[in-house]
Amino acid sequence: MECVFGLVGNGFAVVVADTSAVHSILVHKPNEDKILLLDSHKLMGASGEPGDRVQFTEYIQKNMSLYQFRNGIPLTTAAAANFTRGELASALRKNPYHVNILLAGYDKDIGPSLYYLDYIATLHKVDKAAFGYGSYFSLAMMDRHYHSGMSLEEAIDLVDKCITEIRSRLVVAPPNFVIKIVDKDGAREYAWRETIKDAPIPSD
Amino acid sequence: MSIFEYNGSALVAMVGKNCFAIASDRRLGVQLQTIATDFQKIYQIHDRLFLGLSGLGTDAQTLYQRLVFRHKLYQLREERDMKPETFASLVSALLYEKRFGPYFCQPVIAGLGDEDKPFICTMDSIGAKELAKDFVVAGTASESLYGACEAMFKPDMEPEELFETVSQALLSSVDRDCLSGWGGHVYVVTPTEVKERMLKGRMD
Repeated sequence: MECVFGLVGNGFAVVVADTSAVHSILVHKPNEDKILLLDSHKLMGASGEPGDRVQFTEYIQKNMSLYQFRNGIPLTTAAAANFTRGELASALRKNPYHVNILLAGYDKDIGPSLYYLDYIATLHKVDKAAFGYGSYFSLAMMDRHYHSGMSLEEAIDLVDKCITEIRSRLVVAPPNFVIKIVDKDGAREYAWRETIKDAPIPSD
Repeated sequence: MSIFEYNGSALVAMVGKNCFAIASDRRLGVQLQTIATDFQKIYQIHDRLFLGLSGLGTDAQTLYQRLVFRHKLYQLREERDMKPETFASLVSALLYEKRFGPYFCQPVIAGLGDEDKPFICTMDSIGAKELAKDFVVAGTASESLYGACEAMFKPDMEPEELFETVSQALLSSVDRDCLSGWGGHVYVVTPTEVKERMLKGRMD
C-alpha cells in the first residue's frame, strides 16, 4: 500500500513517500526511492504501478532536461505540472499510465508550490495532498495540524506525526519512509525514517 | 459507481433581466474522499461568455483547454469574440466527435448575445443541446437543482435578486448531495460588469 504525501511550508515544500517495493505479498526492496529529483528545484513523488512509475517519471525528467538544454532556462513548476498532465491525458484513452503524482517545486518569484496530479490526469494546485491508503490518515493529521507558513521544524514534526499514524493504524503499513524537501537552495533529500534496515551484504 | 460521479460537481445557470448568473460548487473529490475545496469549474471564455464543466475533472480540464484554443483561433481569424450560440454549437460538435469514446462532462454555457440578450444552454456528454429560457443545471446534484430552481425561479429578476435566488438554489441542492458542496462560486454578469462572489455554506 504505497503512501505518498506532501505539504507546502514557509518558503519550502516537502514530499514524503514510503520506500517499499512490493510485489503481491513479497517486499522486494525496503529502500526504493519513489521521489525523483526532476531538476534542481523540483521534486516528483510518484505512487502506483511500479513499471509505469519508473518509466513515466524518468520520461518526464528527461523531457524537462531536454527543454532546459534547448532553451537555456528550466521550466517553472506550473509548466512542468501542466506538461506532465498533458502526457498523462493523451495517454489516458490509449495506453494509460497508472501513476499518481505529487509535484513540488520552488520558483524564484512565486515561492514553493505543490501540485496534485492523479492517474487520470486531474491537476490541481494544493497546499497539502496525499495518495494511497495512507492518505486517510495523513490527510486527517494534516487537516488538524497544518496551517499556512509553517516553519521547517513544524512541518517535519507534522510529517512525523503522519508517519506515526500510518505505522500504527494501517494494517500493512510500510516500515520505511523518505523525506525530501525543495526550497530556494534546491531540491534535496532531507531524511529517512527507517524501522527496518536491509540486511548488510556479507563480505567474504 | 458511475464515471460521472467520480469527482462530484454541481452547476446552475439562470437568466434574469438583461443579465445571467452561473454558479458552481467548489469540491474536488475522488469518490468518497475530498481532495480540495477550491476547485474551479466555471471558466470565462471572453467578457460576456462563461463555460461551466461538470463531470469528470480530467475531461473538464482537457475540454476547457481545447475550447480556449478553438476560441483564440476564432478570435484571430474573425477579429471578434464568439457569440454564445456559436460557442454552444462548437462545444456540441467537439463532444459529438468523440461519440464512441466520449468526454465524461456535462457543460453549461451562459453568455450575453446580440443586444445583450442572455443565453443559457446545457448539453449531455455527447453534445445534445438543451436550450432553456429560465435555468439549466448539471452535475451530481442536478436533480435537487431542478427542484430548487423550479421552486425559486421568477422571470425578469434584477441582478441582486438573481444572485440571491441562484445562491439559495445551489446551497440547498448541494446540501442534499454528498459529492458536491464545500461552498459556492457565483458569477452574475450584466452588460456592464461581472460580479464574482464566493458562498460559504455547510462545509462538508
